[in-house]
Amino acid sequence: MSVAQVLETEKRAIGVETIGMTKIFGNLKALDDVSIRVKPGTFHALLGENGAGKSTLVKCMMGFYQPTRGEMLVNDRAGSVPNPRAAHALGIGMVYQHFTLVPSLTAAENLVIARADTPTVIDWGKERKALKAFLETTPFKVPLDVPVSGLSAGEKQKLEILKQLYLDQRFLILDEPTSVLTPDEADEVLGLLRAMTEAGELTILMITHKFREVTAYADDVTVLRRGRVVGAGRVQDLSVADMSRMMIGETEIRESATRVEQPLKKLKLELAGLFADDDEELPAIEAISLKIHSGEILGIAGVSGNGQSELIEVLSGQRLLKHGRIFIDKQPYEPQRDQMDRFKVFGFSEEPLRNVAVPRMSVAENMAFRTFDKAPISPFRGWLSPMPMRRRAKELITAYRVKTPSTEEPIENLSGGNVQRAILARELSGDVDVLIVANPCFGLDFASVAEIRAQIMEQRNKGAAILLVSEDLDEILELADKVAVMSEGRISYQSAMAETDRATIGHAMAGHH
Amino acid sequence: MGDDPGLMTVLLAMFAGAIRVSTPFLFVSLGEMLTEKSGRINLGLEGTLVFGAMSGYAISYHTGSPWLGVLVAGFCGSLFGALHGFLCKLPKVNDIAIGIALMLFGTGLAFFFGKPYIQPSAPRLPSISFGSWSDHPGIRQALEINPLFLLGIALAVFLWWALRNTRFGLIIRTTGDSAPAALALGIDVNRVRLLSTMAGGFFAGIGGSFLSLYYPGSWTEGLSSGQGLMAVALVIFARWNPIYCFWAALLFGAAGALGPALQSIGVSRGYHFFNAAPYILTLLIMIASTSPRRSLKGAPGELSITK
Repeated sequence: MSVAQVLETEKRAIGVETIGMTKIFGNLKALDDVSIRVKPGTFHALLGENGAGKSTLVKCMMGFYQPTRGEMLVNDRAGSVPNPRAAHALGIGMVYQHFTLVPSLTAAENLVIARADTPTVIDWGKERKALKAFLETTPFKVPLDVPVSGLSAGEKQKLEILKQLYLDQRFLILDEPTSVLTPDEADEVLGLLRAMTEAGELTILMITHKFREVTAYADDVTVLRRGRVVGAGRVQDLSVADMSRMMIGETEIRESATRVEQPLKKLKLELAGLFADDDEELPAIEAISLKIHSGEILGIAGVSGNGQSELIEVLSGQRLLKHGRIFIDKQPYEPQRDQMDRFKVFGFSEEPLRNVAVPRMSVAENMAFRTFDKAPISPFRGWLSPMPMRRRAKELITAYRVKTPSTEEPIENLSGGNVQRAILARELSGDVDVLIVANPCFGLDFASVAEIRAQIMEQRNKGAAILLVSEDLDEILELADKVAVMSEGRISYQSAMAETDRATIGHAMAGHH
Repeated sequence: MGDDPGLMTVLLAMFAGAIRVSTPFLFVSLGEMLTEKSGRINLGLEGTLVFGAMSGYAISYHTGSPWLGVLVAGFCGSLFGALHGFLCKLPKVNDIAIGIALMLFGTGLAFFFGKPYIQPSAPRLPSISFGSWSDHPGIRQALEINPLFLLGIALAVFLWWALRNTRFGLIIRTTGDSAPAALALGIDVNRVRLLSTMAGGFFAGIGGSFLSLYYPGSWTEGLSSGQGLMAVALVIFARWNPIYCFWAALLFGAAGALGPALQSIGVSRGYHFFNAAPYILTLLIMIASTSPRRSLKGAPGELSITK
């Protein structure tokens, strides 16, 4: 191979730079004079909280949005991207947080249809040969003939990246690419990408909020806060503390509540051999047996889609339990309204607007879901009296610092953190004996996250038995007393928190693959 | 052979009936399958079927060419499809509601324009005799096969092949399974659905013309008796697979032929009950193939019934 050829085939990474990028939506300045420079063949991390403008920035780069002001340079030449197709033509591709693969199509079909020049009649013999030859040139291995719905999350993520490489995109924007992967899968994917950037084949701009991934894989980092660049530099020159200070700014973060030792631990919640099916009538959870004592947080770790949501649905009465029993205080428990009330079972979960609130009902009504059929809101059967409901809502809004214009505002108009606080107020303001929590901090800003975690810890210290399902391993490491790992619908690992560590839990999350 | 001539006669009549009665089922279900593969449900195909029957008959009557009637019925069908596709791309419009509206619109319009054609007799579609090798009059009669039936089989095989092996096939499946993925690929989702609904309407129109131009072979207002709606159940039963659509259409055709077949050997008790066999079959199939505890297997992910 001649030198020129080597240059042509190996050093194909491209560099992208934005200059003074500004994007205004109505009266919201989502991006304010953002200039970032991603050099060819580097791994660049884009850090920031939710709502800091990371997505807006990359959507401007991809041509989904047109910036109000500012321009973009591709390999030091002005590049205009009126639409995503133009970005693709410049060699800029994006891997989205949610998969954009077509579930019922095979990997091969997904790749071929993604091409701009798919032939009218597809000669699968020829295509398959070409795909195999292409796969040889990349470090990623994915089965080609299985429908995508049958692939694991890690394989899907690899296929998304492969798709971009197949389209010859040499500047890849990755939006939180590891959020659905086990730590081992994440390390594998990022490691391979890192190697490709080092070889000069690829440039990567990765949106993330995981410092571990930034320090382990990125060359450079840019930090955004409220639409502005608040810090940038080489990763090796910055500490995690520096980066997190840039990200959060001066916002006051509630101290995490301290863990109070519980002297007398009484068995509170017992799950005995729970089995349930998913929507395809295939087993979703199998033989789940767990014991949770009062004053204890049991954290269930695992990559999403391993049966956690089905377990939560079973415990909250949304899914039929096929076999097994649930006991609270050694008495059989069925998740029905009267029993939840009697046993003081409460809970909340991620995306409350979708899961535990009625978006178009008012804040006051949403806050009364547990109490609307009891005095004083319902003085006699079937009758609702709005005044006590509003009064109660006002108290809760003050106590839990929910920012809302009024008690009558539809809850969907509140920000994510405030919706979650309103739900917390509903669920935690009374006596709580059993608390079932799923990904409570998903998609929230640091201040809300700290607040919610402190509330959970407070309930533990007051003696509640808490089941915490979380895809965020850090959350479990911070809060749980005991940890269990769910993999393929089963509990694959259990341990007291003091006797385990991140790596052991991470390996257990990967299951038996 | 010959042990029980009654049973043989019934089976032969059902076989012949299956071939005759299944053709409209086959065309409508293939049309519905294609539309649903692109992510929309068109419940208006019942109206399209009836209008196709009327327009095909009218054109055949005026021009003397039944094949021209078939073609015009197809085009009328694709106009209905275009209307459905166009209305559904408007914001906050539900495809099921539009489908029901178009079903009523199509049948109403067909009755309105069809009044003058109830009496006169139009030229029918010819059939091809495949039974000349046999001396048995029943077999000979059963093997009088309409070319549209053969065309339907060819269409089913072609669609099955095309959904896997052509760019358009992959685009339709992509659009039907995940609109966000289709958008990310730069596919114009509404356009794909419009064209799929138009093609589906074309097939349904042809199915309608078969009713008036071959079997039963005249234009009356009670011609379709819900075949367009049963096709929706049939597509679910066939799991959105064109080849299965063919077998399911045969099954429905056989069920539809049960009543007349029994009558032909003199069993007249329960005639109306046996005539209701296709409806009972539809009900049984829907009960057997759905369950509150699971979602439908193989259903395109974008369908409003599976979301």
